[in-house]
Amino acid sequence: MKDSASKVLLNGLMKENPIFVLILGICPTLATTTSALNGMCMGLATLFVLFGSNVAVSIVKNFIPDKVRIPAYIVVIATFVSVVEMLIHAYYPVIYESLGIFIPLIVVNCIVLGRAEAFAAKNTVFRSALDGLGMGLGFTFALTLLGTLRELLGTGKVFGNVIFPENYGALIFVLAPGAFIVLGYLIAIMNKLRKRTV
Amino acid sequence: MKKLKSNFVNMVLVLSGIAIFAAFTLASVYSLTKKSIDNSRQNKQKEAIQAVLPAHDHFDSIPVEMNNGVETTKVYKAYDKNNLLVGAAVESSSNNGYKGHIDIIVGFNKDGIIINYSVLDQHETLGLGARMVDWFKTNKGKQNIRGKNASTANLNVSKDGGEIDAITAATITSRAFLFAVRNAYFEFKSNIIEPESELVIKTDSMQANQNDSTSTLNKIEMKGQNK
Repeated sequence: MKDSASKVLLNGLMKENPIFVLILGICPTLATTTSALNGMCMGLATLFVLFGSNVAVSIVKNFIPDKVRIPAYIVVIATFVSVVEMLIHAYYPVIYESLGIFIPLIVVNCIVLGRAEAFAAKNTVFRSALDGLGMGLGFTFALTLLGTLRELLGTGKVFGNVIFPENYGALIFVLAPGAFIVLGYLIAIMNKLRKRTV
Repeated sequence: MKKLKSNFVNMVLVLSGIAIFAAFTLASVYSLTKKSIDNSRQNKQKEAIQAVLPAHDHFDSIPVEMNNGVETTKVYKAYDKNNLLVGAAVESSSNNGYKGHIDIIVGFNKDGIIINYSVLDQHETLGLGARMVDWFKTNKGKQNIRGKNASTANLNVSKDGGEIDAITAATITSRAFLFAVRNAYFEFKSNIIEPESELVIKTDSMQANQNDSTSTLNKIEMKGQNK
């Protein structure tokens, strides 16, 4: 039995949200979400890669012998990531400034490889595209939320707009421990919400 | 359609094919974006120079380059309408940041007073070391370096006996940053305040200790003693 197209799309947003439910790709998540904008940009960059690699993998899946499928997927993903990096560097230098070192890390973000292997390699191009889009949006949503909360608690700003003076912010939320704390609470809240809806 | 079998020929052919395709894609995107990447780099540099200089009419687009064996420093001299020197922007760097290389540009007026600075390249921790981008410009406590006379001020973090407040929880970054500022002033001084006498000292210290990263520090000290 196959899920309907809309279900595939929504899957990544809530039921199988990469961060809150699958808990995949945590490294860039924790590292880049020091501010709402950084989180969102990282999410969007990953969305693009995820969409592109899902489509590409589902197109070529039948030409790839099983034993070399992982290296083949990695090459495809790395290509997309490099393309994204160059495009951001060329057209959004400001974002490149703050995300520069994390963009190449998308290559090893397991959510990208995970979806290529678990979904795109078994489904049609259209459904893989939807899955990439849904997962990417879910990822972006999670990163933006995490970044917003950390920026607010840590510096009193949201997207650079001052909500309360920086002196009242707790610096720890901008640092790594704050990322774990906020993520933990978010996962707890999401679990609660999900149980209610199911 | 059935999957291709995992035999040797298939695997080699498919992987090579994918790799070649990827190489072509990357090459074409690279050539497409190269121009605007270079442009944005140059613009950034130009804007940074403009932003750190005192009021000026024009500046040298080709800098005087200095290399002490470890770091390359570039001095852009700025002039007013009558072609009189008003100051200079000095690009300087340090390899001792918390995450490696830090590249900054510092502007001085002709008396050696720091007008402004700008960070060109850095990989410091977001939310900590990365705050150097505006930390040393903020008028709070003793963290502002603007308006300080680099020849008299002790440009070290207060922990090391200097008069500048380090970034909260990022002393290593602050040390590296201030090192680059001192280095910038050193080159500024040797190029603009006393160009002749400098040459002698420079060759001495170059011979003495060329590849040691402390050579710049030594030079600054020697310089101070000489005065």
